[in-house]
This record gives sequence, structure tokens and C-alpha cells, in this order.
Amino acid sequence: MITNKKPRSSDTDSNYMRDDRTEMSEDDDRSPPSDSIANGSCPTRTCTPGSGSGSGSGSSSIPEYSAPYPDRVLENVLENVLWFLTSRKDRNAASLVCRSWYRVEAMTRSDLFIGNCYAVSPERATSRFTRVRSVTLKGKPRFADFNLMPPNWGAHFAPWVSATAKAYPWLEKIHLKRMSVTDDDLALLAESFSGFKELVLVCCDGFGTSGLAAVASKCRQLKVLDLIESEVSDDEVDWIMCFPDTETCLESLIFDCVECLVDFDALERLVVRSPSLKKLRLNRFVSIGQLYRLMVRAPQLTHLGTGSFSPSEDVAQGELELDYVSAFAACKSLVCLSGFREIVPDCLPAIYPVCANLTSLNFSYANISAEQLKPIISNCHKLQTFWVLDSICDEGLQAVATTCKELRELRVFPFDPREDIEGPVSEVGLQAISEGCRKLQSILYFCQRMTNAAVIAMSKNCPDLVVFRLCIMGRQRPDHVTGEPMDEGFGAIVMNCKKLTRLAVSGLLTDTAFAYIGKYGKIVRTLSVAFAGDSDMGLKYVLEGCPRLQKLEIRDSPFGDTALLSGLHHYYNMRFLWMSACRLSHQGCQQIAQALPHLVVEVIKHEDTVHMDDYADTLYMYRSLAGRRHDVPKFVSIL
Amino acid sequence: MGGGAAYENDLNFKATELRLGLPGTGCTNEEQAVSGAKNNKRPLLETREERGSKEKSDPQHDDQETDPAPKARIVGWPPIRSYRKNSLQTKKAEAEAAAGMYVKVSMDGAPYLRKIDLKVYKGYPELLKALENMFKLTIGEYSEREGYNGSEYAPTYEDKEGDWMLVGDVPWDMFLTSCKKLRIMKGSEARGRKLKSDRVSFLTEFSTDGWKFRQEESE
Repeated sequence: MITNKKPRSSDTDSNYMRDDRTEMSEDDDRSPPSDSIANGSCPTRTCTPGSGSGSGSGSSSIPEYSAPYPDRVLENVLENVLWFLTSRKDRNAASLVCRSWYRVEAMTRSDLFIGNCYAVSPERATSRFTRVRSVTLKGKPRFADFNLMPPNWGAHFAPWVSATAKAYPWLEKIHLKRMSVTDDDLALLAESFSGFKELVLVCCDGFGTSGLAAVASKCRQLKVLDLIESEVSDDEVDWIMCFPDTETCLESLIFDCVECLVDFDALERLVVRSPSLKKLRLNRFVSIGQLYRLMVRAPQLTHLGTGSFSPSEDVAQGELELDYVSAFAACKSLVCLSGFREIVPDCLPAIYPVCANLTSLNFSYANISAEQLKPIISNCHKLQTFWVLDSICDEGLQAVATTCKELRELRVFPFDPREDIEGPVSEVGLQAISEGCRKLQSILYFCQRMTNAAVIAMSKNCPDLVVFRLCIMGRQRPDHVTGEPMDEGFGAIVMNCKKLTRLAVSGLLTDTAFAYIGKYGKIVRTLSVAFAGDSDMGLKYVLEGCPRLQKLEIRDSPFGDTALLSGLHHYYNMRFLWMSACRLSHQGCQQIAQALPHLVVEVIKHEDTVHMDDYADTLYMYRSLAGRRHDVPKFVSIL
Repeated sequence: MGGGAAYENDLNFKATELRLGLPGTGCTNEEQAVSGAKNNKRPLLETREERGSKEKSDPQHDDQETDPAPKARIVGWPPIRSYRKNSLQTKKAEAEAAAGMYVKVSMDGAPYLRKIDLKVYKGYPELLKALENMFKLTIGEYSEREGYNGSEYAPTYEDKEGDWMLVGDVPWDMFLTSCKKLRIMKGSEARGRKLKSDRVSFLTEFSTDGWKFRQEESE
């Protein structure tokens, strides 16, 4: 009775992909070839109807105490086994085996991951998966971070919090990325989930300190409250004071993005009564003297965000005399250091005692020079993750390359993000890193000038690269030595880096670059393109050549309807496609919408653009089981 | 303070505007883009024509562009999140602030000029004292009505608009950002010369929009 159907081939989990979310990684590496909603109603799949075809109407409700039939025994066994299956991809595959497996998988899935909050309705998700303990939701596409999406576009948490409040009263963890969250949502969350343990908000907005206060006061089992690069409005409520007076379960408290003062004494008392606290990242309103007091109270910390790392204005003198070196030396478990928001370079030597143990160091808000960096970095032999400002120049990067042989992830941000200036880092720094840091897996590099040679060198020296994001800030800048396009450099990356799944290109690029990507980028999942390409062929190469492509974001490139149509075979396999300021007509977008009924095709209009033509400002399209959403703002039309 | 009500109104906005960075550190296009981002307003995008002409441009074109302003106005480029951009914006302003503000000081009758760093002084009294020490003279006390009437000398400065103003009329911070150079005028010339400040004082007293200046000063 159980028909065994061959499961869809899923991506092999490459063993370099880390399952645990690293502290600073903004990537989500884990995406299955199709959505997390893996039921049989995917039109492009040849799922022949049989007893196992999931109609997509959610798990059928099997009464608890029905008479046992042969399937039931197997299901009990399955249930016990499937609990151990944690990988999303494996679970999606398992759910396709047959109806029985589908049901059991749905019952045993405890971590619900929704990569696009509009791909499925909250009701559908909660009716299929009945025993979820953790929900991860992602909302807006990444380009929204750069103001390419008008405000109030959507991605509201509200319908999800109400649905999960009813369906999963035992819910423990919520992880949101790029969602609009209101204070009411947070209040409802705090009310509804008595055993709530973890709240992680990454790049979210729409809420303020009053929402945080609700969570702090009502979630008595709270272990993790992480606010990462989110916009939190100051409602003049001191949310730190709202934590209960008793001992807390807090293990992680990250609020470095919160742009308002907290009462320091309340914070200190909170730290004192949180013996399990391991991760503490302070905002820039905490002075170095206050940091000292907290460190002395919490030497067990493993992750520390230092706040401003400068003396406060009023008590400057006393603060400079404290023994910071001892405070750092006492934190023997410290492996991850960040903050330094308003660093006074004289204070930097305080961190010497912990350098040898550091695996992660974030200096990306610290305007320090190469000279100031060198004494620090020369001790950081174990460093695996390093974020820094380009103020350290090529010379600073050479110092990194000399010492940090274990480096896996490097991000170099621009201190002065303009286009028309000289720039302190260049191909010299990139070359040095490629020669020194052979184990590099992920790089984000902002610069003003680059050469193909350096990029080619990196492609050969760093074969483990999974993420390569190069941002030459001057638009369409060629190789500044040869004057040629950057095609060969990026071509070498896709050719030589066999593990590459994420790529962001920049500089002067012709269709040739895209031909390379289409030819060699067989496992590329995320591609980011800006001001590049010559013609439709560029996009065609990619859509026809990259079978694993899931997230494609393009801006200001000359790709039109013909290119768009060439991807029809693939769009259901993708999470989304974003194209802004390209050459897409409304008719072209309409054609896609008509051809693919399960694709939501949004055309977003920007008010300030001067309309010289009939081109669509922004196309944002994504597969969805939910159909057109109900919260569409005026400036969005769904075709 | 400069000539005309228009500048005054502009100044009023700038003086009372809440934003990061020193007041009067110039609202460049880039800052507009950033503050636009904070307010969720979008600065003007390039039109398609402009974009079209850029796409097929030869590589040298960008380098030869003389006006950097249009580039700074491109939304979302380079791709840095607003939070990071805003934090670094403050730092840049601070870096510029920390760099020192040297202006030339000339004195009528003196053979050569001096240069001083305005940043090291906390306010007018200190500045005047320093000038007195440097040039071995007495400038005396400032009064709104009469300037430096008790003295042979009147300290004046050239502002951003090229006008010569009496030192002491505007708030210190505003003076710091508008002062391009100093000149210590000798008595008779100082008194006889109709400084713009006199006229403007009159204006601020009686114009309905000039109230902000007066009120701030009296506080």
C-alpha cells in the first residue's frame, strides 16, 4: 500500500556548509532546490498521482486512537526515526516518498523555515506542520537594505505571529530576517508563548523599545534576545529594567544596533543575575568604563561587543585609569570580539590578552590605521572571521595575511563609501590575502580599483571559496592596469572555485563574464549583479546555465524581455528574482505571469523616477503557494 | 550672518536642524542621500537616458566625469546598509572635526600674517585673548550694540559668502564653520566701515522670521 516513489534528487549537503549560524554570517547557505513547502503540487515536477500524491491540503488529520492498521506500525517507527532528521533538504526529500512519510515528516518537523514569507500562507504552514518549536521567517529581498524598495512594501510579521500563537503555544524560538515587526506583534508574542526562549531579529524594523519591554518582562524563560542590524525606535521605555528581578536564563543579549540609552545600573544588575550569560553585545552608548564594570561581573563571556570603547564625556579621567588589560585577561573564554563603535585607539592595547584565543574579530566600525592594527593582528593566530574597515589599507591586509592562516571569512568595508575617490585598499590587499589565507571560504571586499590578475590569483590560491563578493565601488570600472573588463577575473573565480555558491560581481563586465558564470557556475545559488552586461545574452547565459540558481538580484543592467523569457523553465526552482532599472517592459512581465500561475509577479513603482519609457521600475517575482498577497501597497501591482 | 533674508532663513533651518555631525558641515549630495535613507525618502534616481548613455560608455568616461555629484545620488550604491553608512558618516564628520581648523590672521599694519587653529578655543573670550597675546594689543570687550568700542582694534572675519563680519555676533559654533579668515582692523577704519553685521542685526530684530536668532542668543 505504500508506494515507494523515488525522491526528488536534492542537493548534496556539502560538508563545508556550517549548519550553525555563525555570529556574523549574514548568508543563509541552506536552501533546498525547491521551497520548504515540498509537497506534490509542484507543477514542474513529474509527480504522478498515486496514493502518495500530496494534494497540498496539509496533513490529513488522523484520529489519535483509530484501530491500528499496517501503516501505523511503520509510521510509529518512522516517527521515532524522523525526529533525528534535522536537515531541511533531507526532510523535504523524505516528505515526498509517499503519503505516510509526508504525514510523519510533517508531524516530526520541529524547525519551520520559510525562506520567503509570501511563498506560503501562515494558515497553510501551521496546518501542515503541527509540532513546530522554532520558526524562521525571511521577508524582504536583500536589495531592500539599500533603499531600493519603497517603505511599507510588506513582509509583516503580524499574520504569522497570530497564526503561530494559535497553532504552537509551546513555541520556543522565532528568528526573523528583514521582516516588519510591530510592538503589538512583540506584545502578542510575549503573551502567547509561555515557554519562549529565543528571539532573533535581523535587519527588521517597525518596532521600538516598548516591544522589547514586553518581551523582557513576560518571557520568563528567555535565553536569547538578539537584535542584529535592526532599526529600533526609542519609545523612551527602559526595556532593560523590564527583565524580572529574579535570576534569568539569559545566555545571549545582543543589542548593539539599538540607538538609545539604556540605564546602566539596570544593565549591570541584569548581568549580575544572569549567570548563564555567554554573549553580550552592547550598544555604542556604553562607555569603556561601563564596559569594564560589566566584564568584571561576567568573565565567563565568550562573545563580547564592546560598545563605544571610548571614555564617556563626563568621567573621562577615572575611566582611563582602570585596568582594562586585567579585565580582558580575566575573560579566558572570549573568542568573539566586536563593537569598538567610537574607538579611542589608545584603548586598543587592552585587548592584547584575548587576541591569541580570538576566532572572530569585528573592527568594521573602528577607524584604525595599519599601524594601529598590526600589534593586535599579529597575535591573532586563530582568527577565522575578520571584519574590518578599509582604513587599515593594503598594508593592514598584508599584516592580516601574514598572521591569520586560519582565516575563513573576511569582510572589508569602506570608510568612505563614495565612488570617485582614490581608496585605501586595492588589488594589492586582495593579492596578499589570497597568498596568506589559503583556507578562505568567504570574502566581501569593497575597493575603488582592482585587477583581473589579483582576482585570478585568489581563484587559484583559495580553492575553498564558497562566497566571493567583490564590490568595485566605481561603477563599471575596468581593470585599472590593463583597462580591460573584469570578465577574466570573475570567470576564473567560477572556473576554479569548485565550491562557490554565492557570487557578487562588479566593475566593467561584458556578456562574456556571464557566459563564464553560465558555463562554470553550476552550483551557484545566489548571484548579485549591478551595472553590468551588454545585452540580453548576459542574463540568458545565467538562466540557462545555472541549474542551482535560487536568488538572483540584478540592478541597472541592460537585460530585457527576451532574456526574462528564457528563464521560464527555471523560475519555479528559485526563491526569487529581482530586477530593477533594467529593460523589462510591462508586457514582458505580464507574459511571465501568464505562463507561470504559481509565480507572484510584482511590479514595484518608484515615485521619484522620471518615466521616460514603458520600462518596469522593479520586477520582484517569487514562487508561491499562497497566490497574490492581500497586503499589497499602492505602488505595487501584481500581474 | 550674511546679506539678505534668504540666507538667514536657510541658516535658521540649518541651525535648528537635528542631524549627525557638526552644524553647518554642509549638506552635500551624499549626506542628502544618507538622510533621505534615514527618513525613508528616496533621492532622485537617474533618468533612463542618463543611464542608457552610461551603460555603453567607454571605461574612461567615468574617470573623465567632472561632476561627482550625480554619482553620489545613485540610490543604494555602493551597497552598504543604512545603519553602517550612518555610523560611518558620524565618524567622518568627527574625523574632519578632529583635523583642526587653521585660518589666517592678518592685522592692519603688521608685515606678515599668522595662522591659528580655531578648534583649540572653546569660545570667543579665549580666541580674543589669544589674538591679544599674539599681536600684543588690546581688543577689549564685545558688546552687541557697539562692537568693540573701547578699543583701537576690531576683530573681523570673512565668512563663506565673502562678507566681512564682526567677530562675536554669531554663536561660536556657527562662527567656526563660517569663518574663512580673520582680520584685525585698526580703529578708525573699523569704526568707519559699515559692517554687514550692523545691517543684519537690524534685520533680525525686526523681521518676523529672524526671531530664531534673537531668541537663541538671549537664551
